[in-house]
Amino acid sequence: MSSLGIYIHVPFCGRKCAYCDFYSTAYSRQAADGYISAVLRNLRHYSDRTRPTDTLYFGGGTPSLLTPDQLGNIITEVRTDFNLTPTAEITLEANPSALTRERLEKLRETGINRLSIGVQSMRDDELRFLDRTHDSARAERTVREAHAAGFGNISCDLMLALPGQTRDALLYSIDRLAELPIQHISAYILKVEDGTPFARDGIASQLPDGDLTAELYLAAVEALESRGFSQYEISNFARPGFESRHNTRYWKCEDYLGIGPAAHSCCGGVRFAVPRDLQAFIDSPVQPTEVTDDSPCSSQERIMLGLRLTEGIALSDFPDERSAIEKKIPALESAGYCRFDGERLSLTPRGFLMSNQIIGFLAF
Amino acid sequence: MANDKIRNFCIIAHIDHGKSTLADRILEKTETVQLRDMEDQLLDNMDIERERGITIKARAVRLKYTASDGEDYIFNLIDTPGHVDFNYEVSRSLAACEGAILVVDASQGIEAQTLANTYLAIEHDLEVVPVVNKIDLPSADPERVCAEVENVIGIPAMDAPRISAKMGTNIEAVLERIVTDIPAPKGDPEKPLKALIFDSYYDSYKGVIIYVRVKEGRVKVGDNIRLMATGAVFTVVEAGFMDATNLVNNGSLEAGEVGYIAASIKSIGDTRVGDTVTNNDDPCDEPLPGYRKVNPMVFSGIYPADGAKYGDLRDALEKLRLNDASLSFEPETSIALGFGFRCGFLGLLHMEIIQERLEREYNLDLITTAPSVIYKVTMTNGDVQYIDNPTNYPDPALISIAEEPMVKADILTPSEFVGNIMELCQDRRGIFKDMQYLDDTRVNLHYELPLNEIVYDFFDVLKSRTKGYASFDYEMLGYTPSKLVKLDILLNGEIVDALSFIIHADKAYARARKIAEKLKDNIPRQLFEVPIQAAIGGKIIGRENVKAMRKDVLAKCYGGDITRKKKLLEKQKEGKKRMRQLGTVEVPQEAFMSVLKLDS
Repeated sequence: MSSLGIYIHVPFCGRKCAYCDFYSTAYSRQAADGYISAVLRNLRHYSDRTRPTDTLYFGGGTPSLLTPDQLGNIITEVRTDFNLTPTAEITLEANPSALTRERLEKLRETGINRLSIGVQSMRDDELRFLDRTHDSARAERTVREAHAAGFGNISCDLMLALPGQTRDALLYSIDRLAELPIQHISAYILKVEDGTPFARDGIASQLPDGDLTAELYLAAVEALESRGFSQYEISNFARPGFESRHNTRYWKCEDYLGIGPAAHSCCGGVRFAVPRDLQAFIDSPVQPTEVTDDSPCSSQERIMLGLRLTEGIALSDFPDERSAIEKKIPALESAGYCRFDGERLSLTPRGFLMSNQIIGFLAF
Repeated sequence: MANDKIRNFCIIAHIDHGKSTLADRILEKTETVQLRDMEDQLLDNMDIERERGITIKARAVRLKYTASDGEDYIFNLIDTPGHVDFNYEVSRSLAACEGAILVVDASQGIEAQTLANTYLAIEHDLEVVPVVNKIDLPSADPERVCAEVENVIGIPAMDAPRISAKMGTNIEAVLERIVTDIPAPKGDPEKPLKALIFDSYYDSYKGVIIYVRVKEGRVKVGDNIRLMATGAVFTVVEAGFMDATNLVNNGSLEAGEVGYIAASIKSIGDTRVGDTVTNNDDPCDEPLPGYRKVNPMVFSGIYPADGAKYGDLRDALEKLRLNDASLSFEPETSIALGFGFRCGFLGLLHMEIIQERLEREYNLDLITTAPSVIYKVTMTNGDVQYIDNPTNYPDPALISIAEEPMVKADILTPSEFVGNIMELCQDRRGIFKDMQYLDDTRVNLHYELPLNEIVYDFFDVLKSRTKGYASFDYEMLGYTPSKLVKLDILLNGEIVDALSFIIHADKAYARARKIAEKLKDNIPRQLFEVPIQAAIGGKIIGRENVKAMRKDVLAKCYGGDITRKKKLLEKQKEGKKRMRQLGTVEVPQEAFMSVLKLDS
């Protein structure tokens, strides 16, 4: 029986970041209580002790807005309803400004063993542009305190290709991050999503163009690799053994159950999503869902997702598509987009940058 | 009615000099049309004609006029196409008349088309009646224009009626001139039937309607007629004339008259303009002189932008051909563009009109290839080939002589632009013949030019270099040996057949460079770098490079929302459907169109 991962979407933010389009609402104690009860109810509903659950992920929103007690209650419920393995990876997304030394110690006691901290940059001018409530000093202090509190698996987010960002500015942030006691970095290219304040402010027109973005990305990959953070996915880098096990589920088409408004799931042979509506989530005995795909994990999807990983795809997993794909490989190889050893096909960093086109070329 | 009371005439004029307006006034004055039924420029009944101010197909109208001598006259006004592309049709229309009213704009004076058509009228022994129009304009100078007509054309013009067709001024003078100056038709109604077809169109109820001028004999309902060029025989169902809006079937036509015949003719191909109609049971000895089959001069591939519309394009072309026997087309396959048609046109304007009608009336989105002329190629083994599609151009090693068609061009211009025009003509490999001052400020330049130099954009460039003042007309001269080469365009090392063309060797480099630049600007950056090369034979003479795109990635694929990413890729795929896929290269249709206008 395959293992399961659980994702819990925490739809609260103290304030909304200008670039973010994940679902969140304003935090209130009352809403949080209703939300917690609904999460516990749903965990009982989906209860499955027949197979191991080896990842649990609190994403958001700002999950660190929940108290350690609230998070602890949820984790206890997960242990009751699911077969949570002793070595399970339990991740909490957190904002530097929400974490104090004391809180970090309490969080560690709940069983959370991995933090994903929304640092974004180690330059204060960039943090101001991103409208974050922390500065670089605060971010550094939080990371060091988390380490001191016993977190041995810490990830930091890093945003790249900000308007006006130079290569040196980016490498500065990477250097500062790499000095910290962290094991994982998620480095995202800033994208202006529809409906965000950035979109309304016309930030898209200020973004570096494709060529410059590519230069920044490649510089980041090189710098991270040379500092011991190996790339394992388009935007993810880790010291050996610290790859995010939960996120890897998405890319390997492994089962995951999502709980909370706007959470996505893929299990039982169906992809389904919960509407972006906190009140409906709170009011329903079982969270409302809509099926987004009733035959997921097709070859096309597995190619699309597998090629996000540096390990790529094994062509023996795609007997029907194999010959069509192999015909196209030489063109990709000679353009420097991929590596192929006769069996495994994987993209290079240059290939990752063009992955939409490449996946379209190969599988759509 | 006796022949001496009939006047058959046409109106010739340069675009915008007021031909249609004068025709309308004549219709109005003769009360052929009640004022309330008047729609401006009644004779032009195609939208495009109206918008462009040109008449594409000839029409004819019968009018009644009571002259100042108290007698009633029948006028047959035969409308002629003004443009050189339809030269042959003009010539057939003229052959149906005894006289022509020459309309000249009182401020513009004589233009290239005026000259071309007047000379044509004189060749047909027509009585030319000059009329100076637009005397209401502040810039009108009728005296100067009359002098110009006398000097340049050499016909008396000092007493030409000065009119304003727009204001209705002095139209009676024109009507009186028609009576007094234009000869009555001759012809014996008792001889065997001999009638000239000068136009035809397809009517979905009656079949093909042919417009005829009866030269000898008579034709009536029930007669068996034979069209002499094709040999086809039909039984006359209707014979009569046209008033301004309707066909009037009065049962017969006889020598001297202009009218129409309907005989349940299914195909317009049977009724060739210029052909002679005779009575199958009592035929004339020989047909009227001058008939020739009209051959297309300019060719272009026409493809539907959406390959699924191929059937629609074929249906549309077939419908257009019902009314336009000079349009030719046959299926053609391009590796780059898929299924389409190789179309032949009388000239550039004809080509533009057809393309525009296909797009406008049939709602088709088209990709057209660069227009080509017909090259004459004599092979080393003595065979002669005519090449209208660059793709079929033979291996140069097998060619002994290559020839290209030449035209004789008249360009009328204010003298200040002579320098610009000479520069343009020289650039287009023109051979200067002579130059003639029409008056102090206006010049007629004669050039011989290769047709392939004017099929692209010559007219547009001429207009822009003369602020719109120059006018241009041409006639075919025949073939002349030329250093021709086939220029191929390669994308990612593969020849794109739809972009190949034939060009003079001296111009190949410059053209190659421009095309490569245009393509570079119009081919978007994509997954792979796109080398653009221009080559003659195996030799690369120009290159550009569309650099590969650097970034197209969905960096974040989190929270397990896979569906969104998949939708994005499906949308990307949809977008690519609008592109032509050539190997790994994606070429938008604009790229094909961009190479058609290189100087703009």
